[in-house]
Amino acid sequence: MTAKRCYFSPPPGVDLSRLTGTLIVIEGPDASGRSTHIVQLTKWLEEEGYAVVHVGLRRSMLVSPELDRAKKGNVVSPRTMSLFYAADFYDQMENVLVPALQAGAVALADRYIFTLMARDLVRGAEPHWVESLYSRALVPDAVFFLKVSRETQAVRSLKARGGLDYWESGMDLRLSRDWFDCFVKYQTRLAQVFAGFQEKHGFEVVNANRSLKAIQSDLRAHLRRVLAGLKA
Amino acid sequence: MTADKKLPGRLIAFEGLDGSGISTQIHLVQRWLAGLGCRVFYSEWDSSEMVKEATRRGKKQQLFTPTTFSLVYATDFADRYERQILPMLKGGFIVLCDRYVFTSFARDAVRGCDPAWLRELYGFAHIPDLTFYLDLPLHMAINRIFENRQQLNYFEAGMDLGLSQDIYESFRLFQGRVADRYLQMVNEFAFTVVDATRNIHEQQEILRASIAAAIDPADFRERASQ
Repeated sequence: MTAKRCYFSPPPGVDLSRLTGTLIVIEGPDASGRSTHIVQLTKWLEEEGYAVVHVGLRRSMLVSPELDRAKKGNVVSPRTMSLFYAADFYDQMENVLVPALQAGAVALADRYIFTLMARDLVRGAEPHWVESLYSRALVPDAVFFLKVSRETQAVRSLKARGGLDYWESGMDLRLSRDWFDCFVKYQTRLAQVFAGFQEKHGFEVVNANRSLKAIQSDLRAHLRRVLAGLKA
Repeated sequence: MTADKKLPGRLIAFEGLDGSGISTQIHLVQRWLAGLGCRVFYSEWDSSEMVKEATRRGKKQQLFTPTTFSLVYATDFADRYERQILPMLKGGFIVLCDRYVFTSFARDAVRGCDPAWLRELYGFAHIPDLTFYLDLPLHMAINRIFENRQQLNYFEAGMDLGLSQDIYESFRLFQGRVADRYLQMVNEFAFTVVDATRNIHEQQEILRASIAAAIDPADFRERASQ
């Protein structure tokens, strides 16, 4: 096991030396299959004898009602939104993730600060401000990035939701009057930001255009190496 | 914080310990400026409708950590700043803030947040044209709170810091540390320190004189109606 660290320094009250678990992040755009893979990985990890804890976005007791309300069209400024999401993130990190890692569990995160930062950046937030905002986050032991082609993603999104989601299409950015067009443009911008993150944050890129089974077996192989304490 | 562009409006912040009399003084300043016919706007710390529920929930259920406490207050500030304060400044108003980012710099730092991180968090906010610090000795501020007020709440008293099991003792210790933080910022942010042991009227005269020396109220007057 490698020692845990934060991007800059830990938040007050978090003792990194007590964190013995493993933090695995699954990132990937809308409808890239993250949750399906997390379900399957959980089943497998538990069979292998690991305790698994899930974290994700917009799940905190503290501010998720506000985030739900804002999503339904209670309009707040992009910065207010960023800060709400950051509060939500740290609430989960400090109250769910840290205790899980202290207990030695494997924490599977369905998206992490990368999605939050990318959303803020495409909405014009200052990179320095966004990085500082998340500088107290724990650095994951591995980040798996499910990469899908734009066509595959569009088809999956449409199938999964029976249409397009307002926010996942970046409709608030008014990139186009046409909803599908806006979705493609928005997801392309997010993908560009993620491409920049890939190297900087050492993402393990997984080709997610393939079958579920092929992707899952790749994820397990990588995860096995991480858990064995090797570099993924 | 940003000091780059000169905005048409002016920003005046009031800081001080709980019990230092900020709301009384700011109310009188607002009356004075409005009486002169100025465009004036007042904004209070922790008052955004959008965020209120979250703050209440966090306090009631004691969900806050120092970091989330800080972020929820920053959210409240950002909401008021972007919706009201900044547009008002752009529209040529004199904006009076009952507490500003320095409240967070003081309280959250006492809770263990990194002062440099806090300054970056609020990096989007303009530095006020004037910041008054109503300076009241700790024991007087505390007496005022204890005399006039009902129950102290958990976070207000800094109980989350574990300084003392006794809520009044905890409040005293917490406020003492907050006062230290404020005093460290006097030079950093060029606070105008006002002796808050003087009577209300004398303090108000001092405030009005300082404001008049920095700002010509005539520049912010509404057009006379025909």
